[in-house]
Amino acid sequence: MLVSFLHATVQAGTPLLFATLGEILSQKVGNLNLGVEGMMIMGSVMGFIVGYNTGDPMLALLAAAAAGALGALIYAFLTVTLKANQEVTGLTLTIFGTGFASFLGHNVVGYRLPDAINNFFLRIPIPLLKDIPFIGEILFNQNIFIYFGYLAVVLLGVLLYKTNLGLNIRMIGENAAAADANGINIVKYKYTFITLGGALCGLGGAYLSLVYVPVWQENITSGVGWIAVALVIFSVWNPYRAIFGAYFFGGLSIVGFRLQAFNLPISIYLLDMLPYISTIIVLIIMSIKKSKENKAPSELGHAYFREER
Amino acid sequence: MRIAKRDELTGKSVAIIRILAILAALVISGIFLIIVGENPLQIYISMVDGALGSGFRIRETIHTTIPLLVTSLGIMIAFKMKFWNIGAEGQIYMGAFGATYFALNFSYLPKPILLILMALGAMIMGGIWLLIPALFKAKFGTNETLFTLMLNYVAIKWITFLQFSLWKDPNAMGFPRMANFTENAMLPKLFGVHIGWVVALILVGFIYVFMNHTKTGYEVSVIGESEDTARYAGINIKKTIIRTMFIGGGICGLAGMIQVAGISGTLSVELSRGVGFTAIITTWLSGLSAPVVVIASLLFAILEQGGSFIQTVYQIPSSVAQILQALILFFVLGSEFNIKYKLVPTKKSKGGI
Repeated sequence: MLVSFLHATVQAGTPLLFATLGEILSQKVGNLNLGVEGMMIMGSVMGFIVGYNTGDPMLALLAAAAAGALGALIYAFLTVTLKANQEVTGLTLTIFGTGFASFLGHNVVGYRLPDAINNFFLRIPIPLLKDIPFIGEILFNQNIFIYFGYLAVVLLGVLLYKTNLGLNIRMIGENAAAADANGINIVKYKYTFITLGGALCGLGGAYLSLVYVPVWQENITSGVGWIAVALVIFSVWNPYRAIFGAYFFGGLSIVGFRLQAFNLPISIYLLDMLPYISTIIVLIIMSIKKSKENKAPSELGHAYFREER
Repeated sequence: MRIAKRDELTGKSVAIIRILAILAALVISGIFLIIVGENPLQIYISMVDGALGSGFRIRETIHTTIPLLVTSLGIMIAFKMKFWNIGAEGQIYMGAFGATYFALNFSYLPKPILLILMALGAMIMGGIWLLIPALFKAKFGTNETLFTLMLNYVAIKWITFLQFSLWKDPNAMGFPRMANFTENAMLPKLFGVHIGWVVALILVGFIYVFMNHTKTGYEVSVIGESEDTARYAGINIKKTIIRTMFIGGGICGLAGMIQVAGISGTLSVELSRGVGFTAIITTWLSGLSAPVVVIASLLFAILEQGGSFIQTVYQIPSSVAQILQALILFFVLGSEFNIKYKLVPTKKSKGGI
């Protein structure tokens, strides 16, 4: 019972994980992108359409990542090159993405994916690891997309904390003027990592439409992208902590449904509030116990303008 | 070439830049429409026709403008303070909830009294829904963007609960819907449109005066410019945030009451359908000016109405309108670069600036 719940938790948390990682990248270079929900749903619809038409899972994932990256590119152009307000630009991206997805997706609402896709995302138990008691079943008897999520966490962690590139990224986020003085090409870095972050968000969306649901429906993301933005704060901009946050909230999003079996004297509609209320509680706790270590990148939200430093 | 700050532009050239930005958005979405095999010119023309082509259509467009305008005014006070209230959608629903409570339980009261109670209920519920994040923002600096956004979902789930369970109409033959309001809980009409439009215009005046000619309004804009300056000037920041956010949320809540009592005559999860989000665009588009937001709301209502018209006539999804709205804001956001900065040739500026 518990194992099967935690197994489902990892699945429900995976879209959150990708989106959170993507947003961490963007925020590390100092850009608060509130368009996560929009980039996710763009990835979700593109992944589904390409998957539906080609039956090729890799192409579908590529299309999803490209769609997310495209959204992020629009955002990067506006906020980095044209120095537009980051909050409003991100919000607009979410509105744009929602419209984009509902427009492109209206022909495929309710369609099923070809078997080639469904088979590709079947569970693949990892030999040896899957035999670890308890953990093996939960973590290593999953589909390839989820394993890719583990890989993404490690890659991002190494990138940020073990490489020069990561050092530069963090310097841009903490003190753009110093980075500029060190000869780091801020614009290039921002574009690269905002776009890469968008691609990750697009993949998170694709997990919903290709694996989790896996039918196209409007509003398929239903706030997952926004919870991811909150999870960035929860995980204090650290990819390793993001994985715990994502799975924890993944669990919260399915716990209401699972509790129904127990005939609790509380309405399912109220239990549906759980992930959102928990997000609020997390936000409050994080703001109360503010400390030096769990601070946002100092440049977050500011456009860098050399003459103003 | 390099970027330099520009001196303040005149209102006229700012307006021209904005209009050019809107035109550019129309061109880009036109290209998009051509790519997906549609004729943009035909679509734009029928959108305008669908929104303004007859007396009935104009009234429908005004019906769409009213909640958009009222909500924008509520959001505007928050944005002026750089308090990112993304929760207007939830405030609308909670306002509608407050109004519906009185409409269903006190339907025996005379119309004027009942309507006033409904409006008060709506403003208090909407106000509380923004007051909660405002309190936490003032006390702990809790991120208000995400807080207000999460409250949208909580509000919608709450309304779902009411509609499907607690307030489900037992006479609806099993349908998950609430009871219809009685006639005395409905807004009266003036010139064929419910009087929400009068309320909206009065609010435009109120917000204009509040922001430009009152002490609190001035304090709001100082806090928005710089909290340090505000603190130095002896402004009680926490008190101002809390007080004005209660008003802002209350106005958004009132939009919810206007919708239930003016249009739907009952409360459901279908009530707002994104007005709270569209209003964010219109608010920003107006440059946070109460009179300008009237035009912005009307423009976006035309897009919405036109969008649903082309859906029925050409089976083109109405989300075209949403894409167009987002593109307009993208271009306006981008065009602000031209208002604040200019490109100057690198050679000439060696000694200057």
